[in-house]
Amino acid sequence: MKLETTVPIYLQVGEEIKKAIVTGKVKPGEKLPSARELALKYTINPNTAARVYQHLEQEGIAMTKRGMGTYVIENQDLTDQIRIGMAQELVSHFVGNMKELGFSEAEIVKLIEEER
Amino acid sequence: MLESRSVSKSFFGKTVLKDVDLILEPGKIYALLGPNGSGKTTWMKLAASLLKPTSGEILYKEEPVGLASRKEIAYLPTDPFFYSWMTVQDVGRYYADFFEDFQPEAFEKLLSKMELPTNLKVRTLSSGMTAKLKIAATLARNAKVYLLDEPFNGIDLLARNQIMESIISSLNPEVTLVLSSHLVEEIESVIDTSIFMKDGLVAEVCNTEDLRTREGLSLTQKYRQIMQNRANLG
Repeated sequence: MKLETTVPIYLQVGEEIKKAIVTGKVKPGEKLPSARELALKYTINPNTAARVYQHLEQEGIAMTKRGMGTYVIENQDLTDQIRIGMAQELVSHFVGNMKELGFSEAEIVKLIEEER
Repeated sequence: MLESRSVSKSFFGKTVLKDVDLILEPGKIYALLGPNGSGKTTWMKLAASLLKPTSGEILYKEEPVGLASRKEIAYLPTDPFFYSWMTVQDVGRYYADFFEDFQPEAFEKLLSKMELPTNLKVRTLSSGMTAKLKIAATLARNAKVYLLDEPFNGIDLLARNQIMESIISSLNPEVTLVLSSHLVEEIESVIDTSIFMKDGLVAEVCNTEDLRTREGLSLTQKYRQIMQNRANLG
């Protein structure tokens, strides 16, 4: 994975983990790599890797069991929740950009329909 | 903790470092960034206690650096420092004689991870292999501070990744890592705190994730901003 240098790294790696959950590569309840392993996998700073997990905990996606590591929370609805959350972010980003270009909501909807 | 208190250094009347104030904490990776001649190497040599400051002082655990601190501060110089007749294995023995904290098993592990055969003669090594050997010998010390001067100079992409992995692995909550580089892109993703140096001065110190979060800037962009602004003002 190529990291964007202008976007916080903890967010980018967090997104990657969320994508892995959504696509079923990582299952609810599964143990995530240690911060050190994560740092090596993405060639990032170990403190940034630890921050990835803090961030995922705040978002209610992961939990740290003391002395055992970080796990994806065991909630079968989690995948859908993350999927919808990620979709909402993409849509709001897209709509924001389109409005900046001067498109109305109706025009945006029409363009999406034409795209299909 | 390593602390630089208004450290200045002159050579033959020419000032190469001026009033450098820094505090380096354990558990972090720092970068010294700046063009050639900005004072990075001089500061590292002062911290490694290979040079004496003209004024000011560098403190390690609240004592001025010197013979005692050298046991806990490992320094990787830019110039090669092995005899050409040595084999890779000899370099390990040579280091073990010099440094009490040298760990032969760690040295072997690092060499195998970086795929460097131990029976090769130093004189036959490519520049990338020499760089790996230098890194392995330095990181095999069980030091508390590692000062790595331009660890990626003249190294190909694959060797760079291997060296980077070794550097990341050697960080722990008790260890302070300092890398210097004039190639900012290469170290962008592994640095906690960047120290920008220009003409012997510390131009700015910043946390790299904060830089991306607050200013939406990459380290490379920030570097250009600082170096060019200053040049225009001067």
